[in-house]
Order: sequence, then C-alpha cells, then structure tokens
Amino acid sequence: MKRRSFLIGSAATGIGLMAAPAILRAQSAPLRIGTYGGYFQDSFDAHIFPDFTAETGIEVESIGQPTGEAWLVQLQQAARAGQAPADVSMMAQVARIRGQSAGLWAELDPEAVPNRANLPDHFVHAYDDGRFYGTGAVSWYITLVTNTDVYPEAPTSWQALWDPANRDRIGLLALASNSFLLEITATTYFGGTDILADEEGVMQVLEKLSEVRDNVRLWYRDEGQFQQALETGEIPMGQYYHDVTGLAAADGQPVRSTFPEEGAVLDSGSWVVSSASDAIDRAQIFINYMARPEVQAKLARFVGTAPTVARELTDLTDEEFNAVASDRTPILPYYDLYVERSDWVNQQWSEMITG
Amino acid sequence: MSGETVHAAPASSVSEKAVPGWFGLVPAITLAVLFLIPFAIMLSVSVAHRVPGGFFEPGFEWTSYERLLSPFFGRILYTSVAISAGAAAICIALAFPFTIFLAGMRHRVQTLVLVALLAVLSLSEVIIGFSISTLLSRTAGIGNLFAAIGLIDGPRSYTPGLFALMTGLCYLVFPYAVLVLYPPVSRLDPELRDAARMMGAGPLRTFFTVTVPLMRAPVLGASILVFVFTLGAFLLPQVLGRPNHWTLSVHITDQAIFQSNLPFAAAMAIVLLLVALLLVGLTLLLGRESGGRR
Repeated sequence: MKRRSFLIGSAATGIGLMAAPAILRAQSAPLRIGTYGGYFQDSFDAHIFPDFTAETGIEVESIGQPTGEAWLVQLQQAARAGQAPADVSMMAQVARIRGQSAGLWAELDPEAVPNRANLPDHFVHAYDDGRFYGTGAVSWYITLVTNTDVYPEAPTSWQALWDPANRDRIGLLALASNSFLLEITATTYFGGTDILADEEGVMQVLEKLSEVRDNVRLWYRDEGQFQQALETGEIPMGQYYHDVTGLAAADGQPVRSTFPEEGAVLDSGSWVVSSASDAIDRAQIFINYMARPEVQAKLARFVGTAPTVARELTDLTDEEFNAVASDRTPILPYYDLYVERSDWVNQQWSEMITG
Repeated sequence: MSGETVHAAPASSVSEKAVPGWFGLVPAITLAVLFLIPFAIMLSVSVAHRVPGGFFEPGFEWTSYERLLSPFFGRILYTSVAISAGAAAICIALAFPFTIFLAGMRHRVQTLVLVALLAVLSLSEVIIGFSISTLLSRTAGIGNLFAAIGLIDGPRSYTPGLFALMTGLCYLVFPYAVLVLYPPVSRLDPELRDAARMMGAGPLRTFFTVTVPLMRAPVLGASILVFVFTLGAFLLPQVLGRPNHWTLSVHITDQAIFQSNLPFAAAMAIVLLLVALLLVGLTLLLGRESGGRR
C-alpha cells in the first residue's frame, strides 16, 4: 500500500516532468528534509513523507540531522559556501533563535502557508522586521524516565534526581541549553523560573543543581548512548524525551516516562528553510502541509509528539492526547538565557559539571 | 625515465635522476594546502568577533584568548596533558616489551599479529568507546564474570572513570605504538644481546641495560606520537570518562558544535596545538642532550 502510493507519486512527478521541461531542472532533485536521526526520522519516513509525496507529487529525500545546535553550525558553515545540506530543517527553539539572529533562515511567503492560521502566535516565526520564516513543527516533552525492572514504582517528582538513594544511577543531558535543568531546578526548589532573570538567581539555582553531581553517572550528548543504558538498566533513571521513550516502551523495552508533579519540560521544534536553499516553493508547500490539523494528529499517533496546533482542531481522543501530552502545567524553557547570556551560562554550567 | 635507464644506472644515482627536482614541491604544496591554509583560517577565526547568541563576524580581538586565562581552563589543560601523558606512558610500557617479544617470534606469526594490529586501526573511536563501555558495564560486562567466579560479591561497573578512559585510550593507540616500534626493534642486532648474555647478564638486566638504551630514540618517537594522538581524542573522554576527565578536546567540541562559538573553539585549539608543540620540542631537546652525553 505504502509502496504503491510512493510509486504513483513518482509516476505523477515523472509525467509532470515530461510535460513541462522548463521546470525539469528545478524539480529533478527531491526536496531534502531534515529531521532528528533515529526513531524520529524512521517515523517520518514511514508515516509522513510517503503521503506527502502521494498528494503533492513532490519527492522527499529524508536527511537524518544531529540535535539542533550541531546541525545549526553545519547549516551556517554550508550557507557561507552557498550550500544547503537540507532545504527544510526541524530546529529546536534555541537553535532556531540563534539562526534568526544570524539571518540564516530564508524568508517565506505567508500567502503560500495559509495553514499558519491554525498555529498559535508563538509558533509563527518572523524576523524583528516582520518577515515570516518558519512555523512550529512538533512539540515534545522532556520527562523523568525510569527502567521499570529497577524501579517497579514510578517516581513522582523531579526531587528523585537529588535523592541520595539514586547515587551513580542517573543520566542527564550534558548542556544547559538542551537539558533545561536550570528550569527544572528552579521550578522544583525555587517556585518557578522567574529566579533565572538575573545572574545572581542563576548562580543560586546552579548551586542547588550541583548537589545532583554525585548521583549522575552519565552527562550525555548522544541520545543513543543514554537510551541504550536506560533500556538495559545500566543507568536506570534520568531525563529523556517522552516521545522516544513511549516508542521504546511500545517496542517492549522495560522503560517508562513520567510527568513529574512539578511538570515536564515542554520544548518544540520548528520548520525553517536554509537561506542557501533553491527549493523555497516546494519547502513552503511542505511547511503548509505539516500545519494541517490532521497531519498534526497523525504525528501524535505515529511519532508520539504533541501537536503544535490547538487540540480542538484535531480529532485526537482524550486517550490519544494524554499519551503524548499532559494537562499539568509544563515547565517552559527560559530561552532568553541561552540567547542573551549564552556564553556566560555555558561557562558557569561547565564549571559546575566538571566540579 | 624508462625502465632501461633504471636497470643500466647504479642504484645510488637512480633515485636522483628518476625523480625530478620539482617533485619535492608536491609534498610542500600538499602541506601548505592541507595544513597551513586551514591553520591560517583557524587563526583568523580565533580572533574574530563572537556575536552573543549568534555566530561570529570577521574582526580582530583577543577576547577568546582572554577567556582562556582562567584557573578553570588551566585545570582542563593540565587534565588533558596529564591524561595523554599517562596514556602514552602506559601504552609504551606495554607496547615496547610486546614488540620485542613479537620480533622474536616466527616470521609467519609476526605477519599475522601485524595484520591483526592493522585491522584494529580500522575501528573508529566511536566503536572502541561503546564496545569498552559495554565490556566494563554492570549489566553486560566483565563484572558479571568476576561475580560468577566469586571474585566480587555482585556485578559492578568499571565505567565511567579513569580506568575505563585509560583502557580506551591505550586500546586506541597501541597498534600505532607497535607499528612505529616494530621496524627498529626487528633490526636490533641479536649479537649485542647474546654478548650481554655471555657476559653473564640475565634477560631482565639485558633488557634494561642493552635493549632500552639502544631503542631510546624509537621509544621517544613512539611516546610523542601516542601523546599527540591521545591529546586529540574527544569522544573517549565523553563516553568513558567522568566530567572531571573531559579534556580540552571535549570542550573544543562543545564550543564548536553545541555552542556555535567558533572563535573560542579555535582559540582553544591553537593553545592546545602550541602546548603540544612545546612539550614535543622539550622532549626532543631532552632526548638529544642525554643522547649526546652518551
């Protein structure tokens, strides 16, 4: 079925090419779309791209990209040489904002993306002068995850990270700007993220966070390394992505994802187009397609991400929605910290970790 | 140059005639293109202006170098040098006796061992890192074996930590050390060893008073190679080490790839390069001085 729709899509493209030689060159290369390599990319390859190609005749070349920041540097270096390793990329918010400050994202025609109306304002991205350049792609939660063999009872609070009983058992993300542990600590022990507004407050939070050091076995940069250790029980607790943990659990792995009582971190990825891309038109068609409520619902069902469009627009049942999201107030990342004070925060963070 | 000339001329003058003078330019140009130009780019990036929250703009400022002048980076530099020097010492202490042992084996066995070592070179840092972290893990590692034969009470993990990191680094560079040491060791005149034996020296004494002094230069060369090689390892310290074992190379990766702070990453890389050159120069100088005394 999937294979057939793919073939029909290719055939349609082929006929189109023969009929219109003028666009042959522009259409001959597939649209290159970057998503995070691994489970994420596999899910897009299986459930999203084939249907998009079948409907629009636009062929897709799926590109596995590393986590936001690393991909951002590659895109930037390539754009300086006039190259685009991918036309459309999914960028986490910190990376998206940094790319925006550098003017890396191509301007898009708002008229070509009418479905942006489905998205809340904070998921319609524009430069300071109002030029539109991207939309929210998916939302994801970073939750407290545990190995079910080692922890028969699910933990209920982020405070578990500080529990002396968990000495040398925890895996955490290695960077301030992707772990959002400052926000987690601030919400758990300082009543919210307001304390992160000034440097003195950040230092207080870091001080509290430094108490987890003895419990941390691994500060991971590579998701695969932690996921494997979590599944085997080698590192039975940590922070991880709700969507991939759910997919692993569905595969029969002894892992679970818990929304702690203080809330899980809600981060998101956005679709942006490299300024070096020469496929802006097709990129806009894709971005518009991805902002449809039914496509967002499909993402929730098959990729395990939370929709970026309002829930009412989708046909997700309560059960389906609760599998990918939570009604609890989420912890929202304090993005300004990683844009305005990025180098300072990074320095303090490194000193805290290496202790 | 034809085959006739090569056959007709005596061997010593062939090399001079067969290779035209401009041929020496090829490695020189290659060196310039592949090393000096990238190095110049790195130098220029290291003094560029960092745009906070963005990337960098061309410019000239010492800000990135100034940031390095802190106790924090002093400690990291010290950690990097200490870990690499430690790995070099352990690796050579293992590789040198091994190579001598190897050179004494039958020719066929030597070839097999060398081929096996060359095969190890094809493994990447990633594969070595993850294999060793599995091998030393609590759930699937040698701790289970030790527990099963009653050496320890229950399975435990030996990673991450200094031991795991050193194991990984030594595994990574051991083949290089052996391959560098093998040619001089295999050319070692056996008569010297026999003479020492005849004068009543035991194998150990022969090793330390005859073989080691003779092999001083190759051992020094191999140590330098291993030291410099491990100084650049950025993955093993992350996978097998704890945060206090993260070397300067790990921090360079963090800055370049995750913080998009290329000026700072370039400044750190240049400082690392200078420190490595300085240490290598010092080592060579010391080696030459004592060699002269001998």
